[in-house]
Amino acid sequence: MYEIIKDSKGTLNHGISACAGCGMELLARCVFDVLGQDIIIVIPPGCAALLTGMGTESGIKAAGMMCNLENTASTCSGIRASLDAQGNDHTTVVGFAGDGGTLDIGLQSLSGMIERGDKVLYICYDNEAYMNTGIQSSSATPFLASTTTQPAGKPTVKKDLIGIAMAHEIPYAATASLHNIADLKKKIQKAKDTDGPSLLHVLIPCPTGWRSDPADTITLARAAVNTGVWVLYEYEDGEVTVNYKPKELKPIEEYISLQGRFKKVTDEEKKEMQKIVKKSYERKIAKLEK
Amino acid sequence: MFKMLDGNTSAVEAMKLARVKVIAAYPITPQSTISEKLSEIVANGEMDAKYIRVESEHTAMSACIGAALTGSRAGTATSSNGLALMNEMIVAASGIRAPIVMPVVNRAIATPWSLWCEHMDTMSQRDLGWMQFFTQNCQDVLDYTIAAYKIAENKDIMTPAMVCLDGFFLSHSMQKIDVPAQEKVDEFLPEYELTNSYLNPEDPMFVSNVVGMNDYTEVKYQQKYAMDNAFGVIENVFDEFEKQFGRKLNIIEEYKTEDADVVLVCMGSMTGTVKYVVDIMREQGKKVGMIKIVVFRPFPYKYIYEVLKDKKVIGVFDRNSCLGGQYPPVCTEVIAAMKGADADIRDYVGGLGGRDVNPANIEKIFNELLDIYNGSSDKHTNWIDLKENPMDSREVFKYV
Repeated sequence: MYEIIKDSKGTLNHGISACAGCGMELLARCVFDVLGQDIIIVIPPGCAALLTGMGTESGIKAAGMMCNLENTASTCSGIRASLDAQGNDHTTVVGFAGDGGTLDIGLQSLSGMIERGDKVLYICYDNEAYMNTGIQSSSATPFLASTTTQPAGKPTVKKDLIGIAMAHEIPYAATASLHNIADLKKKIQKAKDTDGPSLLHVLIPCPTGWRSDPADTITLARAAVNTGVWVLYEYEDGEVTVNYKPKELKPIEEYISLQGRFKKVTDEEKKEMQKIVKKSYERKIAKLEK
Repeated sequence: MFKMLDGNTSAVEAMKLARVKVIAAYPITPQSTISEKLSEIVANGEMDAKYIRVESEHTAMSACIGAALTGSRAGTATSSNGLALMNEMIVAASGIRAPIVMPVVNRAIATPWSLWCEHMDTMSQRDLGWMQFFTQNCQDVLDYTIAAYKIAENKDIMTPAMVCLDGFFLSHSMQKIDVPAQEKVDEFLPEYELTNSYLNPEDPMFVSNVVGMNDYTEVKYQQKYAMDNAFGVIENVFDEFEKQFGRKLNIIEEYKTEDADVVLVCMGSMTGTVKYVVDIMREQGKKVGMIKIVVFRPFPYKYIYEVLKDKKVIGVFDRNSCLGGQYPPVCTEVIAAMKGADADIRDYVGGLGGRDVNPANIEKIFNELLDIYNGSSDKHTNWIDLKENPMDSREVFKYV
């Protein structure tokens, strides 16, 4: 059905209209690299909808559809059931949604999909706010980050997506970060090979929304892990593996000073933030390694 | 083969006979037994399908859209608040041209909370690109559901359809139903096939991305075109149905309209009561008649006009309150259909929240219409079954 105007190296076109330094685009390329083209991808309206193109042109050389904002998981469930009914057990059904479409409005649909055990690979690209709509807070927005709906900074911490998935005893779930592509791709492959629902939660630095230098996207991804803001771990058959633990947590300053969204944070608040990040990191590691 | 079935089980039989491959259903009174029965016959192997036990109606319709685009005939059923929750995906299904057929068991939408019959749920969805068939009895439910698949999936139509059955009056009332043999239905209904947009990794396309301002109007027009041209297909399918199964299906059904002085237009299970009253009043020498609208979307303007063009007084009974509008929806459409004709059209509202549309009220309507026809009165009772002193009902709502 596709008339290929310009052949690209992978499934995703070159020169698609994502922002400079967009982490989501890099993640998408990794996803397509690992999954190949025997896929049906479901993308809700959001940043990744840009990949789907407009009108008769698409940036994705694979079967897929744009669903609504809150039903990525349930649309995937329907597609999976349809393929199963036709005896197709080889095609990967993949949902690719942002934090708003996953942790906020899409949480019920995702919970249903995981609980039913539907074999779907769900990837949440978490840029920590409704970036495509204009940087409004989501439940994934971190403590004190400034957004257009909470310009003075979000007074609460972010929601724990993988924790919620673990509470469902999901067969495979993992966090990942863009500074470690090998680890990320290994996790995409594991998720693909899972016989049942799988979930990847990837932190996505967003120059537009985080007000950071596009050149700093990978630096920020690494800093998030080294400061303890983002923990890399896997949940597999009920067992947790923490993939990486910094010998010593770097000061939070190394992460937030590169981002305009934390510009208004006072020295006092920074101290509080540091305390919360450290405490939350330690609590998380303790809980995961229990 | 004849079976004793209620309306919900008739809908299930139709879905089974249509060989629906993916079911995503969420229970809601009075639809629940559809969800239950489908899951039962999938589990015991009587029906070869995948059953997705979804966590909401929104998900039910989302899953059906995904399944339908991936090449499986997909089915669900709902009612009332469930349909309201689906609303967003109702628009998505018709716009993406997923030809899903869905029985809807009519029930009032909360609030005030009511478990019982009214047409508000489907009426609120009437302009969103779905065909709507309203049924009178359980045989209708089975027949129109089977026919709806063939109409919805027609390559010139590709438009989803609701088959509406009145909550409890049909969903839970047992009737003797002629259930066709599977082979007969297989001959009638071709295999589900998508030829335009679909999800298939071997022939990839991206479905439903953004349509710019340069194309949107035309894409919408294509939906309108399908609706406008549906009657030709509906007539053909109904003819084929009659040949195959021996029962006549109607876009609108006339009942003793030919020499009638006044005609009442209505839909759903009440049409049985109206026919009964027409017969009694005819015995009294009163020339009354009825039109039952089966296909409400697309609206059969021409068919209605043809029957009513010479009538002077017409009543329209809506089972829906239509707050703030000048006329409720069925009446609005009949007025539009009769544009240019010299008819006095009166709107009646009743049967809300499960209140029985009883013979006394229908007789009262006909007598009012006859008085208007004879020139002896000009009044009609708009809310026909309203109690005296309605403002005194329920302390918590009183005079608010």
